Amino acid sequence: MFFVDYAYICKNFFSAYFYCFMKNKATKHLKILALLAIIFTAFNLHANSDPQEGGIVDTKEEVEAYILHHIKDSHDFNFFSYSDAEGVRHHFGFPLPVIVKASTGLVSFMSSEFHHDDQGHEIVENNGLRFAKIHGKIFELEPTATEVVFDDEHQAVNATKTLDLSITKSVMGILIIGLFLLFSFSALARQYKTKQVPTGFGRVLEPLVIFVRDDIAKPNIGEKYYRKFIGYLLTVFFFIWSLNLAGLTPLGFNVTGQLAVTGALAILTLVIYTANGNKDYWLHILWMPGVPYWLRPILAVIELAGALLIKPFSLLVRLYANISAGHIVVMSLIAIMYTLKDSLGLAGATALSFALSFFIMLIEVLVAFLQAYIFTVLSALFIGMAVAEHEHH
Amino acid sequence: MYNLIGAGLIVIGAGIGLGQIGGKAMEGIARNPEATPKIATNMIIIAALLEGLAFGAIFLGR
Repeated sequence: MFFVDYAYICKNFFSAYFYCFMKNKATKHLKILALLAIIFTAFNLHANSDPQEGGIVDTKEEVEAYILHHIKDSHDFNFFSYSDAEGVRHHFGFPLPVIVKASTGLVSFMSSEFHHDDQGHEIVENNGLRFAKIHGKIFELEPTATEVVFDDEHQAVNATKTLDLSITKSVMGILIIGLFLLFSFSALARQYKTKQVPTGFGRVLEPLVIFVRDDIAKPNIGEKYYRKFIGYLLTVFFFIWSLNLAGLTPLGFNVTGQLAVTGALAILTLVIYTANGNKDYWLHILWMPGVPYWLRPILAVIELAGALLIKPFSLLVRLYANISAGHIVVMSLIAIMYTLKDSLGLAGATALSFALSFFIMLIEVLVAFLQAYIFTVLSALFIGMAVAEHEHH
Repeated sequence: MYNLIGAGLIVIGAGIGLGQIGGKAMEGIARNPEATPKIATNMIIIAALLEGLAFGAIFLGR
């Protein structure tokens, strides 16, 4: 999918450029946009005419497999790959370390030893243990086994699943984004020692920080307690926003579209607002005033389930589904140029795919910010409900 | 097949809900254009809650 990824890059630049300069009516920008559109179309046409590439993603099933592979986490960075004239597959990318907890303890090796195999054919020997990777899961084979055998319930018969602690693509994404946020915000904070108004990249960050403090934290948590939680709210806001935006680049990140990441964030919010609940909060959940006594136990169960299960679950699913569904839609619309190649013709399918995926990318940029904002607002709301002080009647 | 019918019903529900809240928000803005930021903010929050519900239902249906 060599050329499709280049097309994705061109389209990304197109969307970003358009979004930034939408208000400027100069024709110079229109010419640059037209040039990018022509480059995009040229790559698509070349990809379709090349007999090696054109046949790779033709059917609906292949498109689905390609998309699902890009949604999932992976043990190496694979920017693009192509088959050359002899049918040998070349990959551009770099492998990431695999760290698993096998039967003898922690074992680590580079994922390049799997040689891009995901079906369990390539067996890696390390410290006397043998590993195979099937659909991203690493199995430790028993000493006599040569291949992983599955029974009817898809349980491995002659291998055990290892505890996978490797540095995968998503972990690298989190590390990169985390370091970037750390550097930018600590640089901003340092500036306040010497001047009143920040300069440089801090000028972009300061209004956003003030926005989170004045429009999200203070109205929901109140003047008295907001300082205790503002660190968490700022972190969550910028973390989710940056990760969502990183997922839109053609580097292939999909961090917030993983259940594990959004689950961890939801659990963090749960822990914070449960640990900081005051007596009024728990009273309103378990023994709420104003309700007949016989009804209170029933409502207590429902309220408890709501506070401990449903609230974090909704946070989890909202972020996960929005982001991964967005990625799937964008990739499906790009794949239109392959699936509708026969009915609309090459140029028609490319033009349709370009127009649709362009507008969806704009919406995705909006969704990236919106989901971060919503997560932060709801976290602030829940925390505010937990620390709220009521006047007693 | 029933999966698709269920998904369609979920989308109908979400559509009706978002249409209601959007309509009321528009009326509010028409009556009081100065309060547009406040109304729009609350509309976005409620829309996100509704979408969360719809996505959660689709997720559970899968």
